[in-house]
Amino acid sequence: MIELLLFYVFAAILLFAATVVITAKNPVHSALFLVLAFFNSAALWLMAGAEFLAIALVLVYVGAVMVLFLFVVMMLDINLAPMREGFARYLPIGALVGLVMVVEMVLVVGSEQVNLIGATTAAAAGEPMSNTKALGSVLYTVYAYPFEIASVVLLVAIVAAIMLTHRRRPGTKQQSIDRQVRVHKEQRLRIVTMAPEKRD
Amino acid sequence: MQAIRDLFNSFLLIELLKGLRLTGRHLFTHKYTIEYPEERAPQSPRFRGLHALRRYPNGEERCIACKLCEAVCPALAITIESEPGADGTRRTTRYDIDLFKCIYCGFCEESCPVDSIVETRIYEYHFERRGENIIHKEDLLAIGDQYEQQLAKDRAADAPYR
Amino acid sequence: MAELTGLVWIVAKIVALVVPLFIAVAYMTYAERRVIGWIQWRKGPNRVGIQGLLQPIADAGKLLMKEVVIPQNANRFLFLLAPLFSIIPALAAWAVLPVGEGMAIADIDAGLLYVLAMASMGVYGVIVAGWASNSKYALIGAMRAGAQVVSYEIAMGFALVGVLMAAGSLNMSEIVQAQQGPFWNWFWLPLLPLFIVYWISGVAETNRLPFDVAEGESEIVAGFHVEYSGMAFAIFFMAEYANMILVAGLAAIMFLGGWYSPFHGISYIGPIFDLVPGTVWFCLKAAIFLFGYFWFRGTFPRYRYDQIMRLGWKVLIPVTVVWLVVESLFILTGFGPWF
Repeated sequence: MIELLLFYVFAAILLFAATVVITAKNPVHSALFLVLAFFNSAALWLMAGAEFLAIALVLVYVGAVMVLFLFVVMMLDINLAPMREGFARYLPIGALVGLVMVVEMVLVVGSEQVNLIGATTAAAAGEPMSNTKALGSVLYTVYAYPFEIASVVLLVAIVAAIMLTHRRRPGTKQQSIDRQVRVHKEQRLRIVTMAPEKRD
Repeated sequence: MQAIRDLFNSFLLIELLKGLRLTGRHLFTHKYTIEYPEERAPQSPRFRGLHALRRYPNGEERCIACKLCEAVCPALAITIESEPGADGTRRTTRYDIDLFKCIYCGFCEESCPVDSIVETRIYEYHFERRGENIIHKEDLLAIGDQYEQQLAKDRAADAPYR
Repeated sequence: MAELTGLVWIVAKIVALVVPLFIAVAYMTYAERRVIGWIQWRKGPNRVGIQGLLQPIADAGKLLMKEVVIPQNANRFLFLLAPLFSIIPALAAWAVLPVGEGMAIADIDAGLLYVLAMASMGVYGVIVAGWASNSKYALIGAMRAGAQVVSYEIAMGFALVGVLMAAGSLNMSEIVQAQQGPFWNWFWLPLLPLFIVYWISGVAETNRLPFDVAEGESEIVAGFHVEYSGMAFAIFFMAEYANMILVAGLAAIMFLGGWYSPFHGISYIGPIFDLVPGTVWFCLKAAIFLFGYFWFRGTFPRYRYDQIMRLGWKVLIPVTVVWLVVESLFILTGFGPWF
């Protein structure tokens, strides 16, 4: 009874937050409502027994990704008026993309063939396991190769991102922290002993 | 070689530990705090606190309304008005010091040819209403009368250095 | 009915944890001022009550009665919400910390992950406060805090990955149980580099000196909470100290054997020390770290911002990665009493 009530509360907040994300005028508000949406979906996952996924969602998306988002959004001084122009012009293509996504989701969720997560296989394996353990064991046994490939792909993406933004600018003057840190006291400081002046 | 030694030093946090040891020792050393209302720091005879106007031993005001202090005051805290007194000498009718403006530099005391305006050792005073920060001639004279002995002693102690 | 009593029981447990926590926060401020005073040859607050012991209460009373000034162009709603953003995660993380044997409010399997998630959320309070204040100092402070916390979270997370490799579990109670035994059985010894990295990044995570560029009194006044006053400021303050206690408690659990006494399992003296409740040992171990916070603050000057970033990315993270490899070799060879 309480669980059902909680589910509807979380679901309602989630829908509300998700709507505000795209309707809010201020981008910072949008980002913060997105955080709220992530939270509520994490809560829903928790109620469904997927504690690992729920916490990972909070850790990765709320804790890291959205912080960077907020960072960027706060730094931008967005002029709101031109953003709203052309809403009608982009409406058809936006609606089309939305429709495609809905259809895809229905296909995935509704079909019998698609085996969502590996949880069912782990549960079928017999002994009762916690969600975290089940996920770990499936990830590193059944799906070991896809997992490793995914991590390599991500690594490549990281390196590529660094390479794209990393450029040498010969004209700039920068402090070399390594050299600053390696400095010794003797190189910078001369201690002089002086006899005190004589008083009359 | 030096580079290797530096590497070891920085990874073993040698310098940080040295700093921690120093402050750790200070944790247990004697504390220099003076617990104010019960204990007080010693004062120099040159201490510059609240102002006072002095009198000669015969009770005559020292101030001759020369207005040197008013002229020298860098904060424009002193206001003086004068008229001939009962015996025909020039006397102040008004001698106000705005203690909010005053920076306690002691120039007024230095400039005074008759050692009239002085700064006492009083540093504990406060105001409760607007206007109390402006201290008038009568108050200044009263302070001077009250602390005359101390003031005379301090001036005498400082005299050899002037 | 059973659900209701269960709910009441949980609330009672939360109160039993949060009330001592707040008292600890209040007295941390006092302890900090005293310790730093001693380091600087001063006496520190010693007037209110015996030896100044009522000072935190006086401070709380003063802050309660002060006005919460809201800047004219601030975003009112977020401005008032930001302090809550910063204190809620600091308190929520305590839900999974076993303060004694079997004394966690929620003994969940992904406990470590949950703590990391909560710790990473503390930065929202800072960022939102900085933005909502509509002040340049606050914004600079918020940016610095955000970048710093996100960077050091990685080093901290890696250090804790070492712990979970050694313990073989994400569950906090199981991590402590894996360290059962006298003090040389605890993880601080085989994971010493990770322990130090954790300690350093823990100080940086909480924006404490020498990593307090987010506040940086001498450069950006008070950083993200320049515009805050009264109780709103007090909540930021409490969140900072609650976070410090959290990091200290985590360290006690991860590296110093949680509720076990230092001589647990040694014949003769072991049982005597075991008479002391585990919670006391836990608190004592956490207190070591808390004292460390004060000691560091009294000793080290503030890092420059770019140096902080270098330390996090170029020193701490490589060190943790290297030691994770070493540790996996340990695990493969079944080295010492630990693995």
